[in-house]
Amino acid sequence: MTAYFDVYRQLMKIGVMAEIQYRVSTYFYMIGMITEPVIYLVVWSTIARSHGGSVGGYTAGQFVAYYIVWTLVRNVNIVFTPYGWEDRIRTGQFSAMLLRPMHPIHWDLAFFAGTRIMSVIMWLPLAAILVIAFRPTISPTWTQVLVFFFAIWGAYLIRSFNQWMLGLVTFWTTRVGAVFQLYITAETLLSGRLVPLSLMPHWVQVLADFLPFQWTFQFPILALIGKLTTRQLFLGLAAQLGWILGGIFLLQLVWAACLRKYSAVGN
Amino acid sequence: MVKPVIHVDQLTKTYVIPEREGGLKAALRSLVHRKWRDVKAVDHISFDIQPGEVVGFLGPNGAGKTTTLKMLSGLLHPTSGEVTVLGFVPQRRDKAYLKQITLVMGNRNQLQWDLPALDSFELNRAIYRIPTRQFRETRDEFIELLDLQDLVRKPVRNLSLGERMKVEIAASLLQRPQVLYLDEPTIGLDVTMQARIRSFIAEYNRRHDATVLLTSHYMADVEALCKRVIVIHHGHLLFDGSLADLVARFAAFKTIGVTLEDTSADLSRYGEIMSVDSDRVTLRVPKTETPRVTARLLADLPVMDLTVEEPLIEDVIRQVFAQEAPLEELPA
Repeated sequence: MTAYFDVYRQLMKIGVMAEIQYRVSTYFYMIGMITEPVIYLVVWSTIARSHGGSVGGYTAGQFVAYYIVWTLVRNVNIVFTPYGWEDRIRTGQFSAMLLRPMHPIHWDLAFFAGTRIMSVIMWLPLAAILVIAFRPTISPTWTQVLVFFFAIWGAYLIRSFNQWMLGLVTFWTTRVGAVFQLYITAETLLSGRLVPLSLMPHWVQVLADFLPFQWTFQFPILALIGKLTTRQLFLGLAAQLGWILGGIFLLQLVWAACLRKYSAVGN
Repeated sequence: MVKPVIHVDQLTKTYVIPEREGGLKAALRSLVHRKWRDVKAVDHISFDIQPGEVVGFLGPNGAGKTTTLKMLSGLLHPTSGEVTVLGFVPQRRDKAYLKQITLVMGNRNQLQWDLPALDSFELNRAIYRIPTRQFRETRDEFIELLDLQDLVRKPVRNLSLGERMKVEIAASLLQRPQVLYLDEPTIGLDVTMQARIRSFIAEYNRRHDATVLLTSHYMADVEALCKRVIVIHHGHLLFDGSLADLVARFAAFKTIGVTLEDTSADLSRYGEIMSVDSDRVTLRVPKTETPRVTARLLADLPVMDLTVEEPLIEDVIRQVFAQEAPLEELPA
């Protein structure tokens, strides 16, 4: 355990340093990324105001809070995408990862976590601007803040495992991009990324209950903006833990088959 | 008898490759009727390597060298045959095994591109769980041996190819592996850098009694480091023995250099004239004819100087690569 702690510490350090190297491009990327929730925020808070102050249980200020917290959650749950796998295999990077005496997922989990820490620090000024410009309604309790802290990292882990599993499809087909596109569409609709799920049709909400997506976006957001009871907060963390354990189990299950399939011809 | 570090028995790797003719018709046909072809990259090769040996693993491009190294390092599962290295079955990828080997590929970069190599070294310390004291000793030793003092503090992307290779090799050996698979470690480097890396590998082998399996297209690497060579071609093992035996067996010609008092003499009847450099003529003569031709030259002409030389190792290797049949079918 201590040895893994050391590896994670070193990799996170490298992630932070790598992010510092690319600070300008990260900032531009972040500004581009923030455009999406700002549009949602303006649209929904306007709708709320024009409907007598609230829509689907959200006031205009709560919509603003929802989408500002969204930007933080989105910053943290960025993980290695399946698109990168093809390049990783073609350039031989994956062979190098396999030669290390540790499971390669540790590399991605730790390295990206490092980049996320730096990214959050860089997000703070943008968040301040959004808060000043749009004035969110948010006053979290310490419990909510604590649950939120664990929930965003839970979201990070769930997304990491999901996208790793998708990436492993690269061993069987080079068309993983199409599968990933389908995944992103499903995630956009069923995670609360587009709108809070309570605004979606009932059948969508039922479907979302059987899928991991809402635990990667909506749950941490709702935890911080005060939309969940204490019971719901802890049940949410338990659900996240369940999806993480499920991801670990599934990865264990398919990993040996993936290694067999991996045939690094010329890489 | 010492147990071999690397034991390979009838090792075979077959890739199943999709194939189709060119053109739209063939593309449409392949949608319903896909054709596959078996390609044997490595075909029933066997060899043992003893502790501390440095062995050259030679073959032209596509011979199966890299595939073999990947099977030995556990990256590829063999189709059939048996491999054990340090008592481990590589494809099981035991952590204890991975800690004791390294695979260096000349055209690959495992270092963190944007960061100084010292950060990658530190990361390897954590990954390989190298005790801090041992890590510092090894790191400083390598920095000195490879003259890396200034290089390890620069971001890797700012290093030249040769500098990067030196740093890469240092990073790969920090855990002091017992078995080194080096795939073209000097590819694309200038002669000075090649020599530096060669001497480092030799020194590492001497200090740590490590076993080295080296592929290289530069015969200078092989001559400097390897007493033994294994030659494969089209996945078959063509030769396994000493470099001297390889030359003796496959060199069909020798070269005779003659310096004459009378430079007008015609030497074409003694052998194929390869070059004429003022008063010195170089002849290519069949190996079996060398003693007779030498005697005739000395008897017939006013010879001031005469040398008989083995052909260049590159020429011998080229001739070996021209062979198609496996070892046992070749004439002794």
